[in-house]
Amino acid sequence: MLEINDLWVDINGKEVLKGVNLTIPAGETHILFGKNGSGKSSLLMTIMGFRRYKVRQGRISFKGVDITKLPIHERAKMGIGMAFQRPPSIRGVKTREVFNVCNIHSVSCDELADKFNFSGLLERELNVGFSGGEMKKSELLQLLLQDPDLVMLDEPESGVDLENLQVLGKAMNKLLEKYLWRTRAKSGLVISHLGFILNYIEADAGYVLLDGRIHCHGNPRELFKGIQRHGYQECVSCQR
Amino acid sequence: MSEVRKTRAEQAKEKKAAFGSDVDLLKYQLLSNHQSDPLELDPLTNEDRVKIIQSGIDLDGQDKAGTFFQTDHRIVHCSAKQPGLEVLPTAQALAEYPWLEELYWQAVPVDADKYTAQAELHFQNGYFIRALEGQRVTTPIQACLYMKHDNTAQNVHNIVIAEEGSELNIITGCATAPSLQSGIHIGISEFYVKRGAKLSFTMIHDWAEEVMVRPRSGIIVEEDGLFLSNYVSLRPVRSLQMYPTTRLIGSGAVARFHSILLAPPGCELDTGARVVLEASHTRAEIVSRTITTGGVIKARGHLVGLKPNVKAHLECHGLILADEGIIHAIPELEGHKSGVEMSHEAAVGKIAEEEIEYLMARGLTEEEATAAIVRGFLNVQIEGLPPELQAKVDEAIEESEKSML
Ligand SMILES: Nc1ncnc2c1ncn2[C@@H]1O[C@H](COP(=O)(O)OP(=O)(O)OP(=O)(O)O)[C@@H](O)[C@H]1O
Ligand SMILES: [Mg+2]
Repeated sequence: MLEINDLWVDINGKEVLKGVNLTIPAGETHILFGKNGSGKSSLLMTIMGFRRYKVRQGRISFKGVDITKLPIHERAKMGIGMAFQRPPSIRGVKTREVFNVCNIHSVSCDELADKFNFSGLLERELNVGFSGGEMKKSELLQLLLQDPDLVMLDEPESGVDLENLQVLGKAMNKLLEKYLWRTRAKSGLVISHLGFILNYIEADAGYVLLDGRIHCHGNPRELFKGIQRHGYQECVSCQR
Repeated sequence: MSEVRKTRAEQAKEKKAAFGSDVDLLKYQLLSNHQSDPLELDPLTNEDRVKIIQSGIDLDGQDKAGTFFQTDHRIVHCSAKQPGLEVLPTAQALAEYPWLEELYWQAVPVDADKYTAQAELHFQNGYFIRALEGQRVTTPIQACLYMKHDNTAQNVHNIVIAEEGSELNIITGCATAPSLQSGIHIGISEFYVKRGAKLSFTMIHDWAEEVMVRPRSGIIVEEDGLFLSNYVSLRPVRSLQMYPTTRLIGSGAVARFHSILLAPPGCELDTGARVVLEASHTRAEIVSRTITTGGVIKARGHLVGLKPNVKAHLECHGLILADEGIIHAIPELEGHKSGVEMSHEAAVGKIAEEEIEYLMARGLTEEEATAAIVRGFLNVQIEGLPPELQAKVDEAIEESEKSML
């Protein structure tokens, strides 16, 4: 589904990704761990195609197509979707309007909002005055409407209370369509610090991004345990 | 009294305005009723009708409480369909109501500048609209000032009075004939909002590329009165300069100004609003949304708090959609007492790339994302404005979006 080869990326003249290699087969969900500032969001933003992230070298291909130079909306149309760590506030643009843009299957936005206790926010300007948790919920609901084949989640659980975590966990699960009795077609790339997410979605692999490079490819639960126990320092020396 | 006025006007004939580029008034022809006028028999063409409708005016006036229509210096139509409402040409109102002399030129000084002087010395009518005491005229009244004759000056003097406890909702469209290329419009407008009255004034301008526009307005709001102004100019105009002054003279008086302006290349807009809070417990709000696609905009605002316990806010937001465009926001706050609460918020710039890209990540093209953000930027819901007038404003915005992007 997604294949990244030797990706080098600059932002504002600063090197943030230094030779990233990564493959996510169809149906797999991978978890990305790593210290603050290690380049995790930059990797997702680069896959999405944000222009600030300048690709110096390397190649990103999706569904067998080289997308390294495609504009953002074409990547979105091909089936890449992202829940942002810090989405912008857009004055004057109603949340409902943005939901309508995402809504490719023409489902009822009101019903969806109702189900997730989000109705009051539909008529508000996007993210203007939203609480941290409300923004995360808005991001996930937009992705549910967009129904992408590659689901990228940038810290979907940070700032979410325990009650909402359950609700959003279910939404994430639905996004990634994990059914034990059938193979998933959707792929996921999820950034997490706290690992809560591992309780809600079945992750197939995990790795740690350190200073723009990927380390420690492995089982996500074990990896997370290792980080909890030894910190990220271990990953530097780990050669996997 | 009128002699004194004339003398003051004569003395101000050469006086340049405080703001805006100076206009050589001699360049424009002055039409008068005595002149033989080849247009006299010329009715409105279909093209005229389109232009007039675009500025928010219904030509049949079916669902309006009253209609006033002036082409150049001639009154074409004038009617009031509701008891308690008066719609008259200003000259007729002055002749019928001797008391009007007392108010005439009270909200705007006759010798403010050469434009006020010209409006006095070459008076070409205008409208007088009044709601009698306690009459709530909720259905809008429409007034249209249309310029048809090329290279002329239109000098009108309007007076609007909302008597005690009354309500008036006025929509005025100002436009020019498609064939007209250049001209100057000078419009004096005086608004008197008496105790407990409400007056909403929505103005949609649709001038031509070489037209100069110099409105001169003054507003006086008494105790518990409410004045709402809503100004939209989204079509090309050579130069527009106006800076109306509102005096809130009675406790509880409120004024709100909203303006939505677009400056295409070659266009110069210098507009703003000034509100003097002269009594306690008065409130004011000035909001402007400006966009340049190549023209120059000065967005001014001035709040003067003279008494304690007044509250006022000023907001100028500008979007620069082309590098040649300039937006200069000039907000001023002037507090004279410790109990004033006044604030301002100004922001000028281009659309944040982050916002465009975010919407692109949801599937919109760059153009679609930009359009959605611009639409949102211009979308200001005006509190207290009748829904049908809000709809007119929304229509004008929608129409202009097509040409903007
Ligand atoms: N516009 C920018 N200009 C300069 N440096 C930037 C810019 N954007 C990001 N960076 C830097 O790039 C590095 C990687 O940032 P990134 O947001 O990818 O980190 P992250 O791994 O997602 O961190 P976190 O866990 O805190 O979200 C950081 O050092 C950050 O300061
Ligand atoms: Mg991040």
